[in-house]
Amino acid sequence: MTVLARAGDVTRRYGDVLALDGVSLDIRAGEMVGLLGPNGAGKSTLINLFVGLRRPTSGTVELLGGSPQDPARRLGIGVTPQETGLPETLRVGEIVDFVGAHFPKRVEKGELLERFGLSDLIKRQMGGLSGGQKRRVAVALAFTGRPRLVFLDEPTTGLDVEARRTLWEGIRAFHEEGGTVLLTSHYLEEIEALAKRVVVVGHGRVLADDTVDAVRAMVGVRRVSLVAENLPELPGVLGSELVDGRTNLVTTDPDRLVVELVRSGTPFSGLEVRPTTLEEAFLAITSKEGAHV
Amino acid sequence: MSSLVAAHTRFFVIEQLRVPIGILASALFPAISMLAFVVPFAGDDPQAATQATGSLMFFGSMSSALISLSIVVSQDREQPWNTYVRTLPAGPFPRFAGRILSGFAVMVLSVIPSLLVGALFTEATATPAQLLIGLVVLIVTGIPFMLIGLFVGFTLSARATLAVSQLLFFPLAILGGLLIPPQILPGFIEVVSPFTPARGAAELLWWVTTDHAPDLVAVIALAVWTVVAAVAASWAYRRDEGRRFK
Repeated sequence: MTVLARAGDVTRRYGDVLALDGVSLDIRAGEMVGLLGPNGAGKSTLINLFVGLRRPTSGTVELLGGSPQDPARRLGIGVTPQETGLPETLRVGEIVDFVGAHFPKRVEKGELLERFGLSDLIKRQMGGLSGGQKRRVAVALAFTGRPRLVFLDEPTTGLDVEARRTLWEGIRAFHEEGGTVLLTSHYLEEIEALAKRVVVVGHGRVLADDTVDAVRAMVGVRRVSLVAENLPELPGVLGSELVDGRTNLVTTDPDRLVVELVRSGTPFSGLEVRPTTLEEAFLAITSKEGAHV
Repeated sequence: MSSLVAAHTRFFVIEQLRVPIGILASALFPAISMLAFVVPFAGDDPQAATQATGSLMFFGSMSSALISLSIVVSQDREQPWNTYVRTLPAGPFPRFAGRILSGFAVMVLSVIPSLLVGALFTEATATPAQLLIGLVVLIVTGIPFMLIGLFVGFTLSARATLAVSQLLFFPLAILGGLLIPPQILPGFIEVVSPFTPARGAAELLWWVTTDHAPDLVAVIALAVWTVVAAVAASWAYRRDEGRRFK
């Protein structure tokens, strides 16, 4: 399969801070890749390198067979602006025209706005839109130039469930027509719903790069859920949360955890041991990594 | 390429027209000065009134070039939108050119009120040819002040730009003889005046619209200032890109 974007042993420093540390990654045509990582893991730096905003300190970055710094290469990509920075005084239609002027093969304005449910807003100034509407405009802009590869950074942050589903449909439709997507999200549900391949980054390195199922299985963590008050210190707990009166514990070794729990004599009820979600797998991978450092 | 320059120019012009206070600020002060000082004191003398109209029109265009431009540039640099635009398939040229061209458009708009006051309420006169050449000179001599504005805007934060651009603007305008005609400037100012950029611009404007003989030292000094400002502005632009986007 054709590689649309490639990072080869890329290192990027900001002064003393090492944001990326020997990262190699290929994005192939037709893929939908989820990029996961906590804040400061290097996700934004990686995307900034692919879209030509920054250069690597060492290593190579290729975009559509050339340098991302070459504007001609960027004809084939689409990027979402941060919705907080959209020019307040311009109308939605004017912004679409402005971005469209950069792309000879652009999508017709009416069609693009229609696809993202923005037709009614064409005459509205950006400053007057709600956060969710701005977000939809920002995502629509990424698709203006009929890109081969889109970079979607937090595409549905701040949207309600309904709007999020609509946007997911749009992204899926693009993917089904052969489009390639690199997506970051805080919502792991979003990555699970859209991406086939997940790349987990932490501390500037690629910690895992596989299918959603494989990443989940790879770490072999389980979720132990129970109702109890005042739990004692338990071994191998990677994370815990309290939901609707139930305590959820994420662990690599559920058997030992249960043994220790029983041994401690703490009263509990409603014990469940389940396979994890991607979120829990992600937590496990990044916290394991943290333990080494 | 030209369609990209047009797109960027239109973007900036729309942005500025939607918040007309910036243009008004550049346009109203000189127009009010015309009404308050030129109309009562020099309105009956064609030569003095024409010269004063030219000076105050340049005052307006200089304010839009130096103050307004530096402020929008420095504010833009702090917006994430600026980062997004850099990911679009275009080099830095269309944006830079759009900035300059939209600057010209705003400049022309900001001199209209002074021009109207001069034409309607004073004896200031100019043939259509003089007026046209005068406007061309006004735009061309605005370039060094745009470059100074770009230098300030690309070097400083939005907050600092607000103060620094004003601090540069008023002394330059006064030293250049835009508010008070050079003949009645105090002696020590008249010594410095020809070496400051606004004086050269004013000399050229007076020369093409009245029978004033231009001070060559001031014109040469303006040319030197233009080169210095161009070097400084492009240095600041590259430094800004290099610092934030290396």
